[in-house]
Amino acid sequence: MIELIIDEKKVKTKEGATILEAAESIGIKIPYLCYHKSLSPLSSCRICVVEVEGAKSLVAACSYLVSEGMNIKTNTERVIEARRLIIDLLLSNHPLDCLTCEKNGACRLQDYAYELGITSTSFEGAKTQYPPDTSNPFIERDYSKCILCGRCVKVCEEIQMLNVLDFSRRGFETKVATFYDSPLQQTDCAFCGQCVAVCPVGALTEKVRRFRGREWELRKVTIICPYCGCGCIFDLNVKDNEVIKVTSTDGVVNGLALCAKGRFGFDFINSPDRLKTPLIRQNIEDKNKEAKFREASWEEALSLVAKRFKEIKDKYGPDKIAGIASAKCTNEENYLFQKFMRAVIGTNNVDHCARLCHSSTVAGLAVAFGSGAMTNSVDEIKDADCILVTGSNTTESHPIIALKIKEAVKKGAKLIVVDPRRIELVEWADMYLRFRSGTDVAWLNGMMYVIINENLLDEKFIGERCEGFDEFKATVMEYPPEKAEEITGIPADDLIKAARIYATADKASIIYSMGVTQHTSGTDNVFSIANLAMLTGNIGRESTGVNPLRGQNNVQGACDMGTLPPVLPGYQKVIDPQTRAKFEEAWRVKLPEAPGLTMMEMFNKAGKEIKAMYIMGENLMLSVPDLIQAEEALKALDFLVVQDIFLTETAKLADVVLPAVSFAEKDGTFTNTERRVQLVRQAINPIGQSKTDSAIIVDLANIMGYKMHYDDAKSIMEEIAKLTPSYGGISYERLEREGGLQWPCPDPAHPGTKFLHKDKFAGGKGKFHPVKYRPPAEEPDEEYPFRLTTGRMLYHYHGGSMTRRSKGLDEICKEGYVEINQQDATSFGINDGDTVVVSSRRGSIKIKAKITDIVAPKEVFIPFHFAESAANVLTNTALDPIAKIPELKICAVNITNQ
Amino acid sequence: MDKLDEILSKYKDTKGALIPILQEVQEGFGYLPKDVMVRIAKDLKIPVSRVYGVATFYAQFYLAPYGKYTIRVCRGTACHIQGAKKVLSAIKNITGLEEGETSQDLRFTLETVSCLGACALAPIMMINKDYFGKMTPQKAATILRRYREE
Repeated sequence: MIELIIDEKKVKTKEGATILEAAESIGIKIPYLCYHKSLSPLSSCRICVVEVEGAKSLVAACSYLVSEGMNIKTNTERVIEARRLIIDLLLSNHPLDCLTCEKNGACRLQDYAYELGITSTSFEGAKTQYPPDTSNPFIERDYSKCILCGRCVKVCEEIQMLNVLDFSRRGFETKVATFYDSPLQQTDCAFCGQCVAVCPVGALTEKVRRFRGREWELRKVTIICPYCGCGCIFDLNVKDNEVIKVTSTDGVVNGLALCAKGRFGFDFINSPDRLKTPLIRQNIEDKNKEAKFREASWEEALSLVAKRFKEIKDKYGPDKIAGIASAKCTNEENYLFQKFMRAVIGTNNVDHCARLCHSSTVAGLAVAFGSGAMTNSVDEIKDADCILVTGSNTTESHPIIALKIKEAVKKGAKLIVVDPRRIELVEWADMYLRFRSGTDVAWLNGMMYVIINENLLDEKFIGERCEGFDEFKATVMEYPPEKAEEITGIPADDLIKAARIYATADKASIIYSMGVTQHTSGTDNVFSIANLAMLTGNIGRESTGVNPLRGQNNVQGACDMGTLPPVLPGYQKVIDPQTRAKFEEAWRVKLPEAPGLTMMEMFNKAGKEIKAMYIMGENLMLSVPDLIQAEEALKALDFLVVQDIFLTETAKLADVVLPAVSFAEKDGTFTNTERRVQLVRQAINPIGQSKTDSAIIVDLANIMGYKMHYDDAKSIMEEIAKLTPSYGGISYERLEREGGLQWPCPDPAHPGTKFLHKDKFAGGKGKFHPVKYRPPAEEPDEEYPFRLTTGRMLYHYHGGSMTRRSKGLDEICKEGYVEINQQDATSFGINDGDTVVVSSRRGSIKIKAKITDIVAPKEVFIPFHFAESAANVLTNTALDPIAKIPELKICAVNITNQ
Repeated sequence: MDKLDEILSKYKDTKGALIPILQEVQEGFGYLPKDVMVRIAKDLKIPVSRVYGVATFYAQFYLAPYGKYTIRVCRGTACHIQGAKKVLSAIKNITGLEEGETSQDLRFTLETVSCLGACALAPIMMINKDYFGKMTPQKAATILRRYREE
């Protein structure tokens, strides 16, 4: 510790602290424009200067380090004079149009001018005359207001790591510019808006907020992002029940960083398309005709739903009804949904979209390790020294986690990317192994062959903490790298090199996602990944483990809440009589014993063994494979209820549509991909007559004769905590106070769990599984010569119902596309931008061609967000035998030019 | 592009080589072509925005092809008093160029400067390394004709 004096007050501070930090620690405010606590000091604005006894000139407090016995004065006449001069000079080239400036009220320049009493500049002269850039849908840059502090340049370099901006020209003409001063949309800019977040003046503002509210009129509500599973925190800025903009706050996972969806994808909340009243289908008798809906009262709609559910239950039995919950809804709502299906309807037929994304992870890791969740925290990624990324286009699907990976690389970590597509992370990788999609097991076995063969395995770890090694080893030894090369296309030498890098690293972390899971061999792929981690002892330590990235804001939570057919909340098995007894006592009802149907089984049996379905917040008509068949299935139901915020493609097939509220209109919790439970807070009143999913479920349960009552979301969490051991210590009070808790958190004194499997696996011993390579269900042939893989892209999300109703996101990316390799494009006579027809055995779509080397020859990629060119018309319904996940990642297609 | 490879490989192991590379590239290509800057950035593993920043910071770098002859007309105080304005507008008329522009045939680039350090000869102009003092619009026309016909 160092002791010094600031403004005649004694301060004790740590060595290496700056004067600014020391001063702030005792509440002394020093003004600054260019300094930002999340960035390294720029020391360019000089407004933070202070007087240090003995120093000849004034020093910049933001970067000058403290030393023992220093005597600092922050407020002398000399200091004030220097600051006045700086503000005066800045104002000489700054428009005084605060009347209409969006930053008015939150502008540092304005604040300091006010504090120093500077009404106008004393230096008259020329002002820079650069036209503002308003060409992109998200960010407006007004150069006349730029004070050249450099924060935007720095944040793009240090946090987003894209380096899109830098200073250009010199002297009076200096200007922050992109390469060649091109508009942002022609650069690598990812429209994260980090630059807007740090701009201290009105030079960078959000386009959508123009003239829609003054800073002091906006109410800020801290909330969790509704998109991917990163769990980013931000502030919704609300005026008159409308969300005007999103601003950064200090999120546990994301800090100030957000992606384009998080920062600019909120227009859907106040979209005119929002459902405002319940709807009842008028032409119920002819399901093949387009639905005609009429508006109905809540009373009428819910009575009808209750009546039909009861009739069907009485006539056919409870197991003829199935429910799909939502990974976008809160934990509380998912808890109530499965409680409704189990306790009120009386069936375990409850599933949700995790079936389509990580059911193979849940199945595979639960058996191998005893828990199906990400083993480490997001923040630990940056400290790993080897990261193996496979089947995850992290930059686009989990943008904030990609930043952690890049941070690790910057700190010296080795990055190995194993992916069929040349994704953006490849630019950062030490090694890129491109493999034929669907051959995951073969390359993983090949890599483990090398590790065993070269004796790079962790024998101690295997001996003490694992079982099943010998049988596993026998299988792996069937896959020498040369054989792996034959199957996967990865050169044997590369595989050997990658195996050595991974095995010899001290803290190696595997990051994977749906490229691994969405296969008929999905669970096997996950077993293989678990094998690799155990073989090298790379699990159960900080920054070291197996990290499946979950795709939706609350998909982890929806799983935790038991919206899965074989388990109750907390993965407690329905077949276990003791578990059932516990829930039966709490819910005062007899519970069904047999595990229910998974999502694809529900579809396959629709109209036959399944007569009615209740779908909450899920646009299945874009996300399930083989959409044509799926539509037939939903049409074959006697009764379909869809609860959503929009009349989605799925809702259009319903008999009754119930209007729910968005994430901004309710209280609750989401659990992010790193098992962190965080609070969502109501920011605006429900739109129209829409209600929270909880309120709808509670009303419906009561009408159906099951008494359900909760005062608020908090009281639902209290019930969850009582019945779910891993959530046992979680309460709203703690979440409010501690800002989120990572499960397992079994009791109120437990701090939560940063990483899993420390010292011992959650399931006792880690289990090796011998896994053999099985080819995908459908491989290319003469008729369908291309291998199609599907996935996400940065600007859109899932079924598109939210992002496509967000103006900026829809403007920057309006339509779907199929990525085709140049080589194939040439031989098939396809040009970039051509409309092509892509067909599979199940259907065909028209879509724009995008010629790129992201995909390998004979492989094509289509994002699945776009209803007009829905990738899932083409995909295959073949299932993984264990997890029942469909093979969304591979099917054979043909392409013809229009 | 062979020329570029040669320059890049020459500085392969030199740290902070951006400016000498840009200088050599400009000497070889006559200016800094956009795609060449992209290549340089890639090769040096630095952002293109930084290459652009450096290229626009220094007056010596040109982002567009410039003329075989650079005409520099002095607009310093002495020249101004002696009628530099008239000389400049005559040159603009003759060449059809505004300040900072280059003719399509890449013969002339027109620039103005603040002082050429030869005020006794005001108004003065330079073409490449040659000085022309005591200019009049007529004299300028004659001199430029000579350069055009050369």
